[in-house]
Amino acid sequence: MRCATFSIRRSAGVADMALLILRRLVQTALILLGVAAITFLLLYALPADPARMIAGRSATAQTVANIRRELGLDQPLLVQFWAYLQGIVQGDLGRSYAQKTDVGSLIAARIPATLVLMAAGILVEVLLGLTFGIIAALRRGGAVDRVVMMASFVGVSAPQFVVALLLLYVFAVTLGWFPMSGFGTPAHVVLPAATLGILGAGWYARMVRSAMIDVLNQDYVRTARAKGLSSARIILRHALPNAMLPIIAMIGIDIGQFMGGVVVVEAVYGWPGIGQLAWQAIQQVDIPIIMGVTLVSALAIVLGNLVADIIAPLIDPRIRAR
Amino acid sequence: MFKSWLRNTTIATVLALTPLPSFAQDTPQQGGDIIVTYKDDIATLDPAIGYDWVNWSMIKSLYSRLMDYEPGTANLIPSLAETFGVSDDGLTYTFKLRKGVKFTNGREVVASDVKYSIERAVNPKTQGPGAGFFGSIKGYEDVTGGKTTTLEGIAAPDDSTVIFHLSRPDATFLHVLAINFASVVPHEAVEAAGGDFGKKPVGSGTFVLKDWTIGQHLVFERNPEYFVKDMPHIDKFTVEVGQEPLVALLRLQKGEVDIAGDGIPPAKFLEIKNSADGPKMIVDGQQLQTGYITLNTKVKPLDNLKVRQALNMAINKDRITRILNGRATAANQPLPPLMPGYDKSFTGYAYDVEKAKALLAEAGFPTGFETVLYSTNTDPQPRIAQAIQQDLAAVGVKAEVRALAQANVIAAGGTEGEAPMIWSGGMAWIADFPDPSNFYGPILGCSGAVPGGWNWSWYCNQDIDKRAVAADSMSDPAKVAERSATWGKIFTDIMADAPWIPLINERRVVAKSLRMGGADNIYIDPTRVINYDAIYVKQ
Repeated sequence: MRCATFSIRRSAGVADMALLILRRLVQTALILLGVAAITFLLLYALPADPARMIAGRSATAQTVANIRRELGLDQPLLVQFWAYLQGIVQGDLGRSYAQKTDVGSLIAARIPATLVLMAAGILVEVLLGLTFGIIAALRRGGAVDRVVMMASFVGVSAPQFVVALLLLYVFAVTLGWFPMSGFGTPAHVVLPAATLGILGAGWYARMVRSAMIDVLNQDYVRTARAKGLSSARIILRHALPNAMLPIIAMIGIDIGQFMGGVVVVEAVYGWPGIGQLAWQAIQQVDIPIIMGVTLVSALAIVLGNLVADIIAPLIDPRIRAR
Repeated sequence: MFKSWLRNTTIATVLALTPLPSFAQDTPQQGGDIIVTYKDDIATLDPAIGYDWVNWSMIKSLYSRLMDYEPGTANLIPSLAETFGVSDDGLTYTFKLRKGVKFTNGREVVASDVKYSIERAVNPKTQGPGAGFFGSIKGYEDVTGGKTTTLEGIAAPDDSTVIFHLSRPDATFLHVLAINFASVVPHEAVEAAGGDFGKKPVGSGTFVLKDWTIGQHLVFERNPEYFVKDMPHIDKFTVEVGQEPLVALLRLQKGEVDIAGDGIPPAKFLEIKNSADGPKMIVDGQQLQTGYITLNTKVKPLDNLKVRQALNMAINKDRITRILNGRATAANQPLPPLMPGYDKSFTGYAYDVEKAKALLAEAGFPTGFETVLYSTNTDPQPRIAQAIQQDLAAVGVKAEVRALAQANVIAAGGTEGEAPMIWSGGMAWIADFPDPSNFYGPILGCSGAVPGGWNWSWYCNQDIDKRAVAADSMSDPAKVAERSATWGKIFTDIMADAPWIPLINERRVVAKSLRMGGADNIYIDPTRVINYDAIYVKQ
């Protein structure tokens, strides 16, 4: 997967942008084909037989054979893959082995919750990351800087399960400020988003800090200071936008990651996201669902990066997407 | 011809006149909405397909079948059937349906619906796991072989009569008609659902599915038209899915949840048990389950009987029950204690390290040997596997523990010569119906000792197989006790060959809120786990 690529030139033309999007869409199709092929081959190479998982314990050998035939699992692998690809082109992700339901609708049912948690989680990450990153950059080398950097290190290394349960215990069980689990009201999203935000903010804080330190040493910042501008204005108007580029790229990556599901956080808070679906499917060797979720999250990662590439030139006109 | 007709009719009448079986300590109240939680999504509510312990009890409540069980027990009773009779040769079963029973779509249930539903469960196109249960019905092979879609052995001469013709006597046949796969469904609803009947179920059971928000919750409402008066007791139950067991328990303690379906995580068990209201919240009941270690009779040196007997004496089963916080009892035979045929007087192989060592030496392994023990990889199974490993080490057997995903363990077990020993924890045999034969065929009989089978000991004793067939032909309802005893002897005789180390009978634990009423065996019903029909809310 390519991260955002930038080149510094003077102009950013609309034609260039259209070309970029077109090229990236072609790339996306190729990447998805590759992901589909690799996942498909790996899943069917597993020493586990989906037909036997469906048939359960009391099934006779004949029942298992019948199920295998009905699912098309007795066909050569390439024939199966070709049939799968034909389905995808027509927007058909197949039917779940265990649930006997259209995979597309199972995934679609979980998209809203996944999107909400992704957006809220990234929002918290970025807010916390920017705040502490800027503070650390301004107090570079001082005690505050060291505390912030230490805290961000702890944050990124803390296990999701522990942080999620801790927040749940304090804010839902003991204080009762938020519901313990579920989905539906804004209150439900606070704790899951806070968990993701606290865990991910460290990366942002570290990146913002180093980008800000670079920018703060630039001539134009010194000029602005010499002009007598307030330091708040210098930071927010002049320095921060130039430090935003790596942050944008990182948000693009996070979009992809969170769309693939955040299994632990979803499990603790009973959040009906795509991660729970994937986790259950893996345990049941429900290959069509695993394939579907993998493709959807691969698509999200590619699109997330594409969006980051498109936004970058809008924030920094010196950049022209290539 | 139908000598048992009269007796069964009498039983049915007595049951119909008794409003409720004697399990209830206080009178069940009518009404109340409750919330039940589970970790995993509900896979399907199609009775021909659903086959896990979570959807099993929901399917039981959504549909009705010719036969059912008295709540909390393993006693068969007619349900959709009003009366039934068995011919002297055990090959013909005739059922008279109750009149006026309606599907929740408003149409009356007729005999041809029974025929259709079982044919649907057997049809390979349905991809149902339960087809094999109906193997004794005449014409079964023609349907599974794809020659036809109708079962020659089921006749519906009029709207209220169903006649089954069997190709061999099958003493378990009444149980077969009580399992979920025999649930009666309306063909028009199946066809209208277009392959999604599992999400749009229509039956004639105690409850109706009102709403299913995928990944979040299912709402079941009482069927006011249900044919047994005062059943079910609760008005509504909402199943919330995706709920982590630990969080479900916290919510239960706060009063947000009434039943935590996944029970109590091991780490929390003692804390709850020792809390003030704890004992009233824990339902701890026996189920028809045995956890065992398979000893592969086709792998050296486990092909040696003395070695298998020695290993049977080497395991400290009481220590394993302690790992499970006492939520299990030591087992000594394949059948669990609740199962008809269980032999209380049988002692099996007692734990005796010295005797085990002596037997190993006698078998030619004075210094032990190396082997592999498979286990599933979710807690607490690897810990139990380690305890087994230590016990084996004490008699000189060095076992490598391979903790894998369930699907991989199943695959290894079904591959000839692959897995010397498998600890069945996490996938241990739980009975499909309360009949001892259910513990034989697939897991200890010759028919299961095939590639892809579940007889992971690869044990095949032709003599025992013959005795099993004979026992299953004893279909005269008057010989039930004799038949159970015959089966019991089969299982204790199997232990002489020691293909298994029967380890523990695990109890199921369900956590319920203080307002929930009903005896423990309604929450851990031997045939359906939670019996949604019989539970009630104390007002």
